[in-house]
Amino acid sequence: MSTTTPRTLAEPAPPEASEHRPPRRRPPVRWQRVLGWAALVVILLITLFPFYWMLRTAFSDNRALAAQADNLLPADFTLDAFRRVFGLTTLEESLAQGGAGGRIDFWLYLRNSVVVATSITVGQVFFSAMAAFAFARLHWRGRDTVFAVFLSALMVPGIFTAIPNFVLMKELGLLNTFPALVLPTFFMTPFAVFFVRQFLLGVPRELEEAAMLDGAGHARVFLRIMLPMASAPITTLAVLTYIAAWNEYFWPLLVGQSEDVRVLTVALGIFRSQTPQGSPDWSGLMAATLVAALPIVLLFVALGKRIVSSIGFTGIK
Amino acid sequence: MTVATPPAPPGTDRRRPPPRPRRRGDLGAAVLFLVPATIGFVVFYLVPAVRGAWFSLTDYAVLAPGSFVGLENYRRLAADPQFWNAMGVTAYYVVINIVVQTLLAIALAVLLQRMTRSILVRGIALLPYFVANVVVALVWYFMLDYQIGVVNVLLGYVGVDAQAFFGDPALAIPTIALINVWRHLGYTALLLFAGLQTISPQVYEAAAIDGASAWRQFRSITLPLLRPVLALVLVVTVTGSFQVFDTVAVTTGGGPVDATRVVYLYIYDLAFAQLDFGYASAISVVLFVVLLVVAIVQLRLLRANESDNA
Repeated sequence: MSTTTPRTLAEPAPPEASEHRPPRRRPPVRWQRVLGWAALVVILLITLFPFYWMLRTAFSDNRALAAQADNLLPADFTLDAFRRVFGLTTLEESLAQGGAGGRIDFWLYLRNSVVVATSITVGQVFFSAMAAFAFARLHWRGRDTVFAVFLSALMVPGIFTAIPNFVLMKELGLLNTFPALVLPTFFMTPFAVFFVRQFLLGVPRELEEAAMLDGAGHARVFLRIMLPMASAPITTLAVLTYIAAWNEYFWPLLVGQSEDVRVLTVALGIFRSQTPQGSPDWSGLMAATLVAALPIVLLFVALGKRIVSSIGFTGIK
Repeated sequence: MTVATPPAPPGTDRRRPPPRPRRRGDLGAAVLFLVPATIGFVVFYLVPAVRGAWFSLTDYAVLAPGSFVGLENYRRLAADPQFWNAMGVTAYYVVINIVVQTLLAIALAVLLQRMTRSILVRGIALLPYFVANVVVALVWYFMLDYQIGVVNVLLGYVGVDAQAFFGDPALAIPTIALINVWRHLGYTALLLFAGLQTISPQVYEAAAIDGASAWRQFRSITLPLLRPVLALVLVVTVTGSFQVFDTVAVTTGGGPVDATRVVYLYIYDLAFAQLDFGYASAISVVLFVVLLVVAIVQLRLLRANESDNA
């Protein structure tokens, strides 16, 4: 999956454990609280400022940026940068606006990112949930050994398998196709299997047995009982998977450079490298990063609460 | 990619199932349920891992079928100044990235715990982590631009000369390391914050009754009790840090003069620019081993399995 982001394992903890009230200590001396808040505000400002600056620059006129480098508002407000990024300008217009002139069409890259991230999420979450069911609810010899083998894949750095996987895609003639982008993470990731398994382990046995007595098979138990019961953690997993797939750069860079399958991250890298050294199309570049970041930021705003409270860590390594 | 705790299971009933009238376990069903995931695991993890190890013993180059060369690739890397440069640059990056990030994350986690319960505040802190590396890199690339970057404008206000953050070999790696601190800080802090939640409030109350100052409480209670969690967080962040690629690839591309040619980028160039798959695989095997060793050493040093809470 991602090559530069850390991966962590976590064990489920009852929500009361991770959310329980903080230690109620004596309120510290007043100036300490003031200092604490000041530090917190500074950190939050530094966290948010680059987002604002991206926005401000995306709505700026590229030719006006240099003269108004310290203007907190967009320099000569305009939507031209977005028109360039979505390929709505002619080459002449683009150059006149201070654009790079290369052919770019972020609608297409946006569509490609949606196709890739959606396919990966649907496949990975469903198939990983199936595997998790086999590891958590079924009883068979060698179960824990097989699970440990699956988990061991967490230790392998992405680049170690990326080279042979690239060769495989080349041999299959799949380079520059959607299947090449999607397949390696379509069937499972160790993290996804682990994540769902942890939840399924705790589902009470009685529900399953009642269904079995009514004559339900394993498939029915999985689809009608386990999936609905696990809908909350599965939704969280789906969001995390979608974000990871959306942000992935390394693998699409290897197998998906051609324009008809190029995803946003790869397109951004190419856009940046096409930018002339002397006078970069900064506002175009920031408009493009905004297009790439906005869907995820919106997703995060919509589901942030769930994600924030799911971040926890007791670790199994 | 991520770290998250699955929400609590609906029950905590983990006991073995009562003996049921079933003849031979669920092996048949289990096989069916595992078919897709096993295909994925075997085809895209297991076989590639074996194949990668095999490539490292050949001079495979995609266009020409490779032949077995024994340990030649490993002898070559031992004498390759570019390889050692890449390892050195990566280590330098990891040290700056991890030291700064961990110290700030501890501070932020304690601040969050003491100051506010707000989900909004935690959400804002976490936001950068969910934005793509490439996006983060490009926004900072603009903000740190020599001529019109807002950071240099601000430095000008306080009388500091403009800095070529990405063009100066001495600044490039620290700059990239700090950009990634910006992206990962909130996330790391939230992991530690979750660890802080497990420390019993009574310990602090007892200390407060004894008149221990906030700093004393932090040193004598928070840090020691947090250590097991800290150790695990460090293993994860260090492992991730060694694999830095995206940020470098879209900003400096390895320059100036190899000052930021991290090992991931070196492997990438060898494999996909020079098609030297055998040699590139050998270096990725070495990287894998280095990561394993570093993880084991960290767990040993930090005695992750033991708590001071005795």
